[in-house]
Amino acid sequence: MAPLLALRDVHARYGQVRALHGVTLEVDEGQIVALLGANGAGKTTTLRAVSGMVRREGEVTYDGKALTREGPEHVARLGIAHVPEGRGTFSELTVWENLRLGAITRRGSIDGDLKRVLTFFPWLEKRKSQQAGTLSGGEQQMLAIARAMMQRPRMLLIDEPSLGLAPLVVSEIFRILHDLNEHEGTTVLLVEQNARNSLAISNHAYVLETGRVAYSGTSDELAQHEAIRRSYLGY
Amino acid sequence: MPVNLRPWIVPALLAGVVIFLLVGSIESALFAQQTVSGLANGGIYASLGLALVLIYRATQVINFAQGAIATFTTYVAWQFMQWGLGYWGAFVVTLFVAFAGGIAIQLVAIRPVERRGNVLTVVIASIGVLIAVEGAVGWIWGPEIRFMPSAFPVRTYHVGGVAFSLQDLGTIGVSIASVVVLWALFQFTKLGLAMRAAALRPNAARLVGVRVSWMLSLGWGLAAVLGAIAGMMAAASPSVLLQPNMMDGVLIYAFAAAVLGGLESPAGAVIGGLAIGAMLNLLSSYVSWVTPQLLLPAAFVVMLIVLLVKPSGLFGRTRVKRV
Amino acid sequence: MKAVALKLQWFELGLIAAAAIVVAVMPFVLSNYNRSQGATVAVFVIAILGLNVVTGYTGQISIGHGAFMAIGGYTTAILTHNHGWNDIATLPMALVIGFGAGVIVGLPALRFHGAYLALLTFALALAVPQIAKNYSNFTGGTEGLALPTHSGLWLYGLAWATAAVIFVLTWLLLRGRTGRAFRAVRDSEIAAASSGIGLALHKTFAFGVSAAFASVAGSIYVLINNFVNPDVFGLTLSLYILIGAVVGGLGSLWGVVVGAAFVQLLPIGLTSSNAVSSEAVPVVFGAIVIFVMAVMPQGSAVILGGLAGLPNRIRRSHSSYQPPRMEAR
Repeated sequence: MAPLLALRDVHARYGQVRALHGVTLEVDEGQIVALLGANGAGKTTTLRAVSGMVRREGEVTYDGKALTREGPEHVARLGIAHVPEGRGTFSELTVWENLRLGAITRRGSIDGDLKRVLTFFPWLEKRKSQQAGTLSGGEQQMLAIARAMMQRPRMLLIDEPSLGLAPLVVSEIFRILHDLNEHEGTTVLLVEQNARNSLAISNHAYVLETGRVAYSGTSDELAQHEAIRRSYLGY
Repeated sequence: MPVNLRPWIVPALLAGVVIFLLVGSIESALFAQQTVSGLANGGIYASLGLALVLIYRATQVINFAQGAIATFTTYVAWQFMQWGLGYWGAFVVTLFVAFAGGIAIQLVAIRPVERRGNVLTVVIASIGVLIAVEGAVGWIWGPEIRFMPSAFPVRTYHVGGVAFSLQDLGTIGVSIASVVVLWALFQFTKLGLAMRAAALRPNAARLVGVRVSWMLSLGWGLAAVLGAIAGMMAAASPSVLLQPNMMDGVLIYAFAAAVLGGLESPAGAVIGGLAIGAMLNLLSSYVSWVTPQLLLPAAFVVMLIVLLVKPSGLFGRTRVKRV
Repeated sequence: MKAVALKLQWFELGLIAAAAIVVAVMPFVLSNYNRSQGATVAVFVIAILGLNVVTGYTGQISIGHGAFMAIGGYTTAILTHNHGWNDIATLPMALVIGFGAGVIVGLPALRFHGAYLALLTFALALAVPQIAKNYSNFTGGTEGLALPTHSGLWLYGLAWATAAVIFVLTWLLLRGRTGRAFRAVRDSEIAAASSGIGLALHKTFAFGVSAAFASVAGSIYVLINNFVNPDVFGLTLSLYILIGAVVGGLGSLWGVVVGAAFVQLLPIGLTSSNAVSSEAVPVVFGAIVIFVMAVMPQGSAVILGGLAGLPNRIRRSHSSYQPPRMEAR
């Protein structure tokens, strides 16, 4: 079966600086795929290359069709939700407005979606008029995921959800990602530095090093194979 | 200054101004009349100032052509009236024309420049629009002064010995109504939410599918509508004549209103506009050496003083510069 | 490397000499009207040089330089008309008063950035003519003041001679320590401040110099027209000076000449060519300005630099040009 998302020899640069030197990876539908690697390896850039936030060369195929040089607006409408580094929540707007923004491109009522989101994050109901910027880091991350859910995405790109959060909160978030994948069938491409948690919930993993894929294998393999783990992930 | 007093300065100032106006109005009929007609002018400044803030918030660009666009749309309204449309019919049609015109100008003159240029080149482009649009007015309609019929019948109401002109009250009403409608648009509609998101965080907005560049164009369209309202109210008032450079002075007062409020605060622009309108009118009535010609320099001085005291405007957020 | 530099230098000098000869010969060939247009181009060169110092080099946006021209213009007019001074003697006076005015404006300008400064100077440009109208016993009010006439040739010579002097002055100012300090201020205020450059001093000085130049430009402008009234120094003038500076290329000295020619000669050219009716000229001019901004945001300096490898010396010495910022901070 063809993968939902495929990158073939993708290069990307910021101005004159090259960040990706030919990344090739695949994500099958219904999977959680982890994209790991050190700082500056190009993980964030890879997600940006998919959602169109950075100039890229190379082939990106989604659902069998090539993504030509579209901007993020178009990609979002194709059913790809990108939760970026820094969460991308609108701190000046309320929780409710952030959620509504997730569904902004859809017509019709969003009540059903709101209900669904609230089953995952019931606490959002109470805080709906609160300014998003006043939420704690973990709450903002969950709000970002909730907002992405409002897009009814087929695929979720999520960038370093554990950044700056306490371990308990991190576990909670990874649990939610796992549930999202299991109950809603959302495909997830997860960029993380926290390898252990990522490998626990993902099916497949890629390790990036200076803009290239250095290792590709199942998450179990990577988690159990000490030598590989140590050389690529350092633990 | 003790830290906890700071947030109270602006509300205290405002309260002081309001009390001053109320007390004065109660004391003197002339004061009340001048306050009301000053507020009417202020409504016009507030509308145009709001237009400036709208564009600035979204794009960090000051639209120097805002006044010229307002003038053009006012002439368009006048033209419709010449062709037989009643005042309010022409008013409504002009709003649509202004909306389309604002979008068109953004698409044709601003977007191509924004693509490769920096903020200064966009400013120059807006100055280019200013020259072109004001020139277009002169070209199409000529430099002669025209007469714009009033929106409201010439009638005065007498309340407690004070005579208020319907024109003034109507202007205040229209200005407030347009501000409220705009506010409702932004607060309660999907489109308004998308526009706010696009202005606040364009990249995050793109990720949820908002077409940010289109939102910017709409912003220009709305700003033009506000300008048209300001222009049509201004032309109908006795102190402003319908001529090509009609809104030049008003633009400065609108700048002052926007600056007073802090360039990114819509509420500030509205309050600032009303305040400037009232205060300038009172100044010219009560202080003998303030002639009509000195009002513009007076507005300049007000802007200067406010910015010296609070460089981000009265309602502006003092942004911390990250080194 | 040295040899190339030397060669270019000769080539450059050659070009300058050729241009100078053309400028010197032209007044004898041109009609009276065109000659005074040519002299007015020199006026704009001076004013735009001034604007370049403050906006192109220290990054402070000013849309109000017409106001400084007004100060110089009225100084000259009042001194010659009311007090019988010799015209040329008023020029240094205008310079000094202009400098003072520039410092007075520059001091509060330190507090605000970008957008607010642009707004304030725009308001200044509109406010100053109003003041002139108001205090009519000094300034002759709306009717203005008339000045003694001079031969067109003399005026042309005066204008271009002054322009040349100011050009050289600017070049000297900007190549030395002061120039580097100015550029440092524009590129990063914070870095400049922390390297002990004396931010306030340099920014205010830049404003003063800039206003002084504009002031002298105003004086000469008034002499050329032998007349002054508030409308002469209206908003349009300030706008044209800024447009001239940007179209010419901020930070480029030679671009100033291109910019001056652009704003003075293009509208006139459009009118006299009869291709466009005179009422439509502003529309066409405005459209051209927008077009230039879309296509050549860096101004003509880009082309000048490319053409004949003319090294735009001042610009060369720094690689990244950063435009003035407009945040409301």
